[in-house]
Amino acid sequence: MSIRRHLLLIIALAIKELLALLRDKKSRMVLIGPPIAQLLIFGYAATFDLNHITLAVYNEDPGEASRELISRLSGSPNIDLLYTIQHESEIKPLIDNQDVLMVVHIHPQFSADISQGKSGKVQLILDGRNSNTAMIALNYTREIILQLNQQWAKNGLLHGPPVILESRAWYNENLRSRWFIVSGIIGLLSLVVSLVVTALSVAREREQGTFDQLLVTPVHPAFILIGKAIPGLLIGILEASFIIVVAVLWFDLPFRGSIGALYLGVFLFTLSSVGIGLMISSICVTQQQAVLGAFMFLVPAVILSGFATPIANMPDSVQLITYLDPLRYFLIIVRSVFMEAGSYNLFWPQYWPMVIIAITTLTMAAWLFRHKMY
Amino acid sequence: MSQNLRLQRLKGLVRKETLQIIRDPSSIALAFVLPIILLFLFGYGVSLDARNIPLGIVVEQPDAATQSLSGSFEQSYYFSPHYFQTIQQAEIALKFHHIQGIIWLKQNFARQLFSHTQAVIGVRVNGVDSNQANLTLGYIQGTWQDWLYRYARVQGVKLNIPIEAEPRVWFNPAVSSRMFLIPGVVAIIMTIIGSLLTAMVVAREWDRGTMEALLVTPLSNIEFIAGKIIPYFVLGMGSLAATVILAIWLFDVPFIGSVGILLVTGALFMLVSLAVGLLISVLSKNQFVAGQVAIVISFLPAFILSGFVFDIHSMPAAIQVITHIVPARYFVAILQSLFLAGNIWPIILTNTAELLILLLIFSRLVAKKTRKRLE
Repeated sequence: MSIRRHLLLIIALAIKELLALLRDKKSRMVLIGPPIAQLLIFGYAATFDLNHITLAVYNEDPGEASRELISRLSGSPNIDLLYTIQHESEIKPLIDNQDVLMVVHIHPQFSADISQGKSGKVQLILDGRNSNTAMIALNYTREIILQLNQQWAKNGLLHGPPVILESRAWYNENLRSRWFIVSGIIGLLSLVVSLVVTALSVAREREQGTFDQLLVTPVHPAFILIGKAIPGLLIGILEASFIIVVAVLWFDLPFRGSIGALYLGVFLFTLSSVGIGLMISSICVTQQQAVLGAFMFLVPAVILSGFATPIANMPDSVQLITYLDPLRYFLIIVRSVFMEAGSYNLFWPQYWPMVIIAITTLTMAAWLFRHKMY
Repeated sequence: MSQNLRLQRLKGLVRKETLQIIRDPSSIALAFVLPIILLFLFGYGVSLDARNIPLGIVVEQPDAATQSLSGSFEQSYYFSPHYFQTIQQAEIALKFHHIQGIIWLKQNFARQLFSHTQAVIGVRVNGVDSNQANLTLGYIQGTWQDWLYRYARVQGVKLNIPIEAEPRVWFNPAVSSRMFLIPGVVAIIMTIIGSLLTAMVVAREWDRGTMEALLVTPLSNIEFIAGKIIPYFVLGMGSLAATVILAIWLFDVPFIGSVGILLVTGALFMLVSLAVGLLISVLSKNQFVAGQVAIVISFLPAFILSGFVFDIHSMPAAIQVITHIVPARYFVAILQSLFLAGNIWPIILTNTAELLILLLIFSRLVAKKTRKRLE
């Protein structure tokens, strides 16, 4: 057969798959609507920045210094001073019922101690049910106290610390978690879409009985595979491009790196997602199994990718598993291109594992076409 | 119509669904294997507590003071220091992700330290993962402050820091993220099982053409819905029990509240999730669409909008309104209190009430949309 005929064959198969996917109005909507809604909702919702630290103050000290501290705290844009309490017994219900995240308890001797050159004691009581929120609120409050300390020291009223820290964050100068999360969503949503499109494609034909018809045609299974892979690849890449544009234009993410390096990453990532989707699909007999299979892959893939929590914090054995997760590599690429001005030379360690994942899964899918598990 | 006949019909349908569950191993796998996998993943895999952060240290002029400072970082559980000769080398390492941050002690550090002008320590962190960067900065500050007190004591200098803060973190004194993630995981697992399982069950009948067969039976709407829900409810509650027991047993998460409240609120939450699943199923009538919608509507919102990892109060007001229709939000709040803080009635009651309202709305919608009619 000539190359031209092969090409025509692949195109015909791809068109058939695309039609099967897009003909139904509901499935069309499902591919377009939810991802856009999710991008917008999650883009705003998923933030580690605390901008409403709810606070109650229990001040036993009548002095000047405590008033200054309270006005510093309540003047901060990220702290909402909700209650001023008079009695120790009021602390517990406020924290228990999650009315406030933090109670600042200023001891009676606070101002007196400071004016005598001793350290004034402040107790910070936090709700640890969400430990991350508690830590961020604690760091934030400490920062305010540190600034106050340094200012008092500078005014010559007191000794300040002899050493100060001068901290600077690279690449994300104001430490906006939205930059981190929205860039992660690019990977997350294109994984979901390309996986679901392909995971159901073989299972659906199996359930409807048309897959056997396809197998008895003179078309080589490799072509059936390519035909089934193309729609997932196209939709995945389109989806990723759309989100990239929205991330830059709507969410104001910086785009500092190389577009080519990013798109090589998008291509390899989508290809490996499609490979995994097709592999799941050819193992499964029914669509229900395929959806569950996609899910069984998707949930760990998201959790272990470093999307929300860093891979470096995981135990070593779990870190080994993350090397099987294509999203892990892609997230490094996206975030680096957006924030670190990354380019090809930084990304080889991310590219080749995705190539291997794609080749392995696609080959297994092609083999499984013929050799059903049961 | 006699009550007896109704009951018999319902029993028949429940039996059919149960057989379908048992014969397709994937639902059993979803109900019992997935929770275990997820628990392991979250319990061992997901942690916001950093340890051994690779930290570059540049000392331009080593002496006793710089040595004791870098010693503090070496002893810290949070850092594993790497030394660099120059700041340029360290910055390259930061760029290639070999290290997460840099501590830079400049040449005049020691001189400034003894001349009573303030010495400056330069700190750089990679801010791409902003949350991690924030925590790293916090740890650096903590290590630095400890060193400062110790160093002052050794030098015999009286160190007067005007305000000294003593933090107390209630319910989770070790500030371990696992303690707060595990209760949330239980809620996420329940969401997935409840809505994903049932999302497929009505759509499957349409896909396979068996819906017509059900249509010609004298089955009423309510019986149809009940027949679909009961077997999955049993499956889901079994899975809830297994998950909670495993969570407490494997991860030493305390469970301070009462088991009775857990069962009641858990059952309520299960019903809401099942109703969401059925609604998806009834509306989409096609497994492909139902499967997609279930993934998009159940798992991701439960993960992101429930307050499980991301704090709801920090979201924009419009998004906070949306979180009210995410059932997982209420169950996460109930579970976090039950596990770590005990029976905090105001939290349990308000969240239970909201779950009840959601259940009414969703079940009403399901009943309305389940029309036994061919189109």
